Amino acid sequence: MISFTLNGQKTDVDVPPEMPLLWVLRDVLHLTGTKFGCGMALCGACTVHLEGSALRSCITPVSAVEGKAVTTIEGLAPKEAPHPCQRAWVELSVPQCGYCQSGQLMSAAALLSAKPEPTDDDIDTAMSGNLCRCGTYPRIRDAIHRAALLAKGGRP
Amino acid sequence: MSLSRRALIKSGVAVGGGLAVAVWLTTERGKGSAELFAPNAYVRIPAKGPIRVVVGRVEMGQGTATAAAMLLAEELEVDPASLELELAGADRAYDNPSLGFQLTGGSSSTVTSWEPMRQAGATARELLKEVAARRWGVKRSELTAKLGVVSHPPSSRSAPYGELVGDAVNVTIHTPDLKAPKDFSVIGKPLPRLDAVEKTNGNAVFGIDVQVPGALVAVLVRSPVPGGTLKSLDDAAAKVMPGVKHVVKVPQGVAVVAQTYWHARQAANALVVEWDAGPLATFESAALRDTHRSLMQDASKRSRVRDDGKADDVLKAAEKTLSAEYFAPFLAHAPMEPQNATAHVTATRCEVWAPTQGPGLAKEVAARITGLPLEQVVIHQTFLGGGFGRRIGQDYVAEAVEVSKAIAAPVKVVWSREDDMRHSFYRPSATHALSAALEGGEVKAWRHHVCTQSVLLQVLEGFVGGLLPQLPAAVKQKAADMAKKVVPGRDSTSYEGADSVAYAVPNVAVDFTRHEPLVPTGFWRSVGHSHTAFATESFIDECAWALGKDPLALRRALLTKHPRHLATLERVAEASGWSTPPPDGRARGVAVHESFGSVVAAVVEASVAEDTIRVHRVVMAVDCGRVVNPDVVRAQLEGGAIFGLSAALKQQVTFREGRVQQSNFHDFAPLRLHESPRIETHVLPSDASPTGIGEPGVPVMAPALANAVYALTKRRLRALPLSLSEAT
Repeated sequence: MISFTLNGQKTDVDVPPEMPLLWVLRDVLHLTGTKFGCGMALCGACTVHLEGSALRSCITPVSAVEGKAVTTIEGLAPKEAPHPCQRAWVELSVPQCGYCQSGQLMSAAALLSAKPEPTDDDIDTAMSGNLCRCGTYPRIRDAIHRAALLAKGGRP
Repeated sequence: MSLSRRALIKSGVAVGGGLAVAVWLTTERGKGSAELFAPNAYVRIPAKGPIRVVVGRVEMGQGTATAAAMLLAEELEVDPASLELELAGADRAYDNPSLGFQLTGGSSSTVTSWEPMRQAGATARELLKEVAARRWGVKRSELTAKLGVVSHPPSSRSAPYGELVGDAVNVTIHTPDLKAPKDFSVIGKPLPRLDAVEKTNGNAVFGIDVQVPGALVAVLVRSPVPGGTLKSLDDAAAKVMPGVKHVVKVPQGVAVVAQTYWHARQAANALVVEWDAGPLATFESAALRDTHRSLMQDASKRSRVRDDGKADDVLKAAEKTLSAEYFAPFLAHAPMEPQNATAHVTATRCEVWAPTQGPGLAKEVAARITGLPLEQVVIHQTFLGGGFGRRIGQDYVAEAVEVSKAIAAPVKVVWSREDDMRHSFYRPSATHALSAALEGGEVKAWRHHVCTQSVLLQVLEGFVGGLLPQLPAAVKQKAADMAKKVVPGRDSTSYEGADSVAYAVPNVAVDFTRHEPLVPTGFWRSVGHSHTAFATESFIDECAWALGKDPLALRRALLTKHPRHLATLERVAEASGWSTPPPDGRARGVAVHESFGSVVAAVVEASVAEDTIRVHRVVMAVDCGRVVNPDVVRAQLEGGAIFGLSAALKQQVTFREGRVQQSNFHDFAPLRLHESPRIETHVLPSDASPTGIGEPGVPVMAPALANAVYALTKRRLRALPLSLSEAT
């Protein structure tokens, strides 16, 4: 049995310790907001937060999160009070197919909590691990700047 | 292709429950129930709760769901943002009228929804007004409808649509007219995407997210050489691994069925499988260009698909000619969501949940595999995590149905990224030979010879044979023979864009030589245009330099009879500052191309450092007819630019001994955020009917970039992906 905190809830799973966190989330706990894209930490679709930092869940054995706090896109913010990134993403119509956006948002949210006013270079560094095949990058960049403003209580 | 109103009414009758009545109607009758008004295929108005728009094209990122809602809302007189999205499953009511079956592709969604969705809204609105007119004993013409409420201003009475639904099945009206464009209040104004919220909080359900109670997960091991067959299987080790429920042979390979994807994948890795490689066993893509070259010498294999004037004679007699050869590799689509499908097959029913571009095709495939009548097959549509043409193929659907049938239980088939890279329907590799006669400072003749595979031929074969490998070989052969008759060396998807080159050259000849190396090929975002435009728009640039003319000025001079080309070109010239010097160390390249009815021009600004090409800025302009949602049009141009630049700078699929050499995003790499340019988009106003937007942003990118690299380095890169370190 492996125990960790998932989106604020204590969670116990009876799975092999080497099973990747991604598949525990998706196929055991049926939290499907976290996506499978490459299985090799190349695309970032599986990004979650471990103790607030971005983590690629597809290559992380579930044993590595024992006793720690994991946050997925479902737990990023309450539905009635979306995260500034989620608000900015909707405002600027960032998603196209949307498949990579959970991972993009988790990377962006981790960036903003570390650097509340990121520069373009900060965004390049933090977001280069998240692929988007629809090519939403220009809007992701704009939305991160917008989210930074929203987080400061900027004009909505 | 435009759809007549009569045809619309005809298609609008075939709604739900397998009911398929096709009759001419000049009147519309309320349909549905007292609780749910369903006057046509596209709108559902409940007595209580939000109105739903039924999205007949699949939503794969191109924004069709938002466009469908806007078109409906324009006439229904509701706030488009208040509409809920319902994704249509397989039903002939949603056949794509430009194709005759239910498929989303060819940048056709807005083109084919433009009239039907508005008509659906107008009809529903007028039926509800008729209910109110009868209830209140007033004339319908005295009523207004706004924001989901019918009002009678003289008597100050009003009723929300929901209150009128109960009686709507009892009324009949004449088919109403549509608004004049000057009265549009929704169409043409930017609206945030209606699927954005669920795509940012984890709620959106893609095919891979479908949860069917009791469903297991299957992983397939397929022949590493496409078309190979199973020779031997040792599943002893795999069968006893934790979580494994079944190992079954299916026509596509060997399926390992387990509790979770991870359990299935672990066990699949433990299978010991041998394959007979089949006809592609010796295929080497490195040799393809030489094969193309020698085939192109054989006049008997050539089809002349355009012949204006006497290009051959003029070229022969010309004092100055220019010739160049261009090459484009195989490409994979690599949508972010790996292929997958969930199926539940029983003796009397087959249900499928799939992220497919062709729900109707999926239904046919499932019916043929199960032997069930079409009425007993149900296809549920999900969001698609990207499509780009890959999901026109139904191979993943066939696999899920086969496995579910074999184990008599619901199952979700999930591909790995490696599976997706190695078992795609690839954009064909193509070689282009171009010659021009340059005399008196003008282009007097233009000859373009394309050698590539036929996409259509394989698709035709595939619809009958390749998707259904369990069919006897004789049946497949017959299907292949039929397909060959349909495509006698004239599959326009192989040379589209080459034959339609718009430049005013007096003598133009375009030839096509078909070569079939048996690589599985398919429709890749912008199809033939993805490589023909690279050749035509690079070569016109070469002509300009050879004539000592500005590349944009030469295009302008040769496009005076093409106002849409000219207008987009002028716009990017102005917005990019073409007439002013670029920033230090950078150069600009231009391209303009028509595809899917739309014209796109682009100026790319690039630099080179240590043989690495970097794109800094892209300026694009489009004429795509009347625009429904300008913000979605801009997003499609931005996405098209990055899709096109990814291919231009980085991507190719290569084969050795019939095996795809690439496997994942490290060796088939899309651009990343830090490599992406600034993109400025300009949408030209137009009163013409809408034309495509999902694909036309792609073709201009590779030539505009190659032209910029030439302007900067005086090195002409004629092979994709563009590389300064490799000889071309």
